[in-house]
Amino acid sequence: SFKNCLWLSCVLRTPKACFWSTASGGLIIQSVSNDVYQNLAVEDWIHDHMDLEKQQVLFLWRNSPAVVIGRHQNPWQECNLRLLRQKNIKLARRRSGGGTVYHDLGNINLTFFTTRKKYERMENLKLIVKALKALRPQLDVQVTDRYDILLDRQYKISGTAAKLGRTSAYHHCTLLCNADKFVLSSVLKSPYKGLKSNATPSVPASVKNLFEEDPSLTSEILLDAIAKEYAVQHQIDHHITLINPVDETLLPGISNKTKELQTWEWVYGKTPKFSVSTCLNMAYKDSVLDIKVNMDVKHGRIEVCNIDLPEQWLPPGLYSELVKSLTGSKFCPNEITTLLTTLLRVCPQDDELHSRWSLLCENMIRLM
Amino acid sequence: VCIHRIRSCSSIRFIKSKYVCVFDKSALKFSHQQRLFRTSAVSCGQIVQFKLSDIGEGITEVTVKEWYIKEGDSVSQFDSICEVQSDKASVTITSRYDGIIRKLHYSIDDIAFVGKPLVDIEIDASKGVASEEDVVETPPMSHEEHTHQEIKGHKTLATPAVRRLAMENNIKLSEIVGTGKDNRILKEDILNYLAKQTGAILPPSPKAEIVPPPRKTEAVPAAPKDRARKIPVPVSRPIAFSGKDRTEPVTGFQKAMVKTMSAALKIPHFGYSDEVDLTQLVQLREELKPLAEMRGVKLSFMPFFMKAASLGLLQYPILNASLDENCQNVTYKASHNIGVAMDTEQGLIVPNVKNVQVCSVFDIAVELNRLQSLGSAGQLGTSDLTGGTFTLSNIGTIGGTYAKPVILPPEVAIGALGKIQVLPRFSGKGEVFKAQIMNVSWSADHRIIDGATMARFSNLWKSYLENPASMLLDLK
Repeated sequence: SFKNCLWLSCVLRTPKACFWSTASGGLIIQSVSNDVYQNLAVEDWIHDHMDLEKQQVLFLWRNSPAVVIGRHQNPWQECNLRLLRQKNIKLARRRSGGGTVYHDLGNINLTFFTTRKKYERMENLKLIVKALKALRPQLDVQVTDRYDILLDRQYKISGTAAKLGRTSAYHHCTLLCNADKFVLSSVLKSPYKGLKSNATPSVPASVKNLFEEDPSLTSEILLDAIAKEYAVQHQIDHHITLINPVDETLLPGISNKTKELQTWEWVYGKTPKFSVSTCLNMAYKDSVLDIKVNMDVKHGRIEVCNIDLPEQWLPPGLYSELVKSLTGSKFCPNEITTLLTTLLRVCPQDDELHSRWSLLCENMIRLM
Repeated sequence: VCIHRIRSCSSIRFIKSKYVCVFDKSALKFSHQQRLFRTSAVSCGQIVQFKLSDIGEGITEVTVKEWYIKEGDSVSQFDSICEVQSDKASVTITSRYDGIIRKLHYSIDDIAFVGKPLVDIEIDASKGVASEEDVVETPPMSHEEHTHQEIKGHKTLATPAVRRLAMENNIKLSEIVGTGKDNRILKEDILNYLAKQTGAILPPSPKAEIVPPPRKTEAVPAAPKDRARKIPVPVSRPIAFSGKDRTEPVTGFQKAMVKTMSAALKIPHFGYSDEVDLTQLVQLREELKPLAEMRGVKLSFMPFFMKAASLGLLQYPILNASLDENCQNVTYKASHNIGVAMDTEQGLIVPNVKNVQVCSVFDIAVELNRLQSLGSAGQLGTSDLTGGTFTLSNIGTIGGTYAKPVILPPEVAIGALGKIQVLPRFSGKGEVFKAQIMNVSWSADHRIIDGATMARFSNLWKSYLENPASMLLDLK
């Protein structure tokens, strides 16, 4: 097949009878997968393995519903994790910087791969704007100096992020074609209070879909227009090569990259150190207890934990057991639930105690 | 081959006479030793200030977001040192030197300046240094055999030292699978590749002694002792293995398991096992499965096992009890909250179905479905995971026949179910027939439960399952 020819010719150094010798400048590829982790892994793979000196790459991809946070962001600060879990929306952390975005099939992702020296974000965004205007001249789209693309001077339709390595770099951006704005705004609103951190914050913006501006536009049409403009600017054929991110022969090592992106250690564990300082409002019997909670979370794990319970609410020995067990534990509702319910087995068998313990547990996990 | 190499690798100094012979291991070792001699001559290196290089786009300052190394760590050229961020771009800074980190000039969240020192590295002066441009490729060694360094579209990462080694041994880097960071090709990869070619296992360190071949005995009539010496002694070579032990703290859920299991072992366990003929039950389930599916529920064997257990517990309530800490009081629990051991990513989780004594088999199946989907999504709630009074563990779905389950405090009994096997058995008439046999292994708290009680409970449970129609008589 064509794509195997491409890669194999590099590895085996067979006479270059195919695309390579004619292609100067550029290569356009599109993922057949809608899995955010697989697609992010393809970006990693190209960044780590391809020599972009002679040839730049444009990678086109779309994902089924997912929230993607930037490299140095705090997912608790950026989105409603509870809602994500309920709706089965995936959470991914990408390797580039920048803010949080919501992806679904109505959003297209474009990644421009170049050598580190040729890294130039403005050029790429101008290319996109040029393609959009060529498609629909009446569209009022422009690039801002924050590397956003605005529609009608007020609505953000594209956000940008970049990753620079030793010799290569990539700039990727989104483009809102027909995404679900309702889900977008609800998942990107964090319900968690009292978080303090130096993680990169996202800058919220009003968004609009291109589809709303012109219902004749679809993701496919937009992808094609951008590919066409890229082809023109890089003097290559307007041809999009499809790639399958699970093809280990084409992309050796890709499944490891995909797995790594899905690990808890990467998605949550890479969160910069933060602290939680908040109040639990526990409805107990006929009253409501206000319990101050202070926690320091590092690498996604509870480093320090302080719960201001009323005196003797829990037997003192038990309180210190609780704190000791929470320390070092993942800041994750599932982990805390299983941890605390399992611990209950070795607590005194007292119904009152059990209900207090469960109540505390349920309230704690609401913070996560 | 050797002479060709001498001409093309003029930069490497070695004594010509050694290379007149055919390439063999000893020659390779010699060259290792030579290199080692050069590098070991340097005892302490110089401190170099590694400055933050230009990021591009006119950026002058960045924020340090993560350090990948700390003071005292040794780094190799191309290792990642830190991650910095500037205006939505995340940049990985890699080392230009091999050496030891002596000082970090910034802490996390500090602003770092382009052109100013980032880290101080004590370098090994004899080792290679990356050029200012941090370009991977070294100048091509002229011949076609060495254009592996310029494979178009496929970058091969390797330090100059490794490239030299590959070239000396006429190895194409493209044929080697790198095991280092970013799939970098390491010296070990070259050595392993060579070992495969020559069919020998090379020593991992160049310092290894060259083992002399077994000595041949002289042509003299040998005494029995001498004859023994004629048997060549196999030369043992250390096998290259670069795995490292990894220590992690016990935290979170694992910590809780440690506590629970330690408490469990304080309970004096006794075991009781038996086999159950599930032939009739298998048939019954086959008939009922489609009915359940029509109602949107997956029907496994567990609901039957659990209902039968509950019926048994009605007759032997001591198995559904709890002994207090001081072993002063036994509490007979009214509800049969039967726990089901579940294997999840975290480990062993035991959610329970509440009040099985008032549930139909179908009700139990519905609850099990709910618990299973929550369990695999990691979303089980506190009420699902607390209040259990008796547990069944269907380890047979993974495998095994007999087991020795551990009682989960504060319960007093547990049953482990092995896998269902098709085995030959004798019928009442003495004929052999195909039977679906499952083994059950019970464990119980011997402080309040005796063997007879366990046996009778097990027999009753078994009778319900072997003859499912009998369950109908006692269903409430």
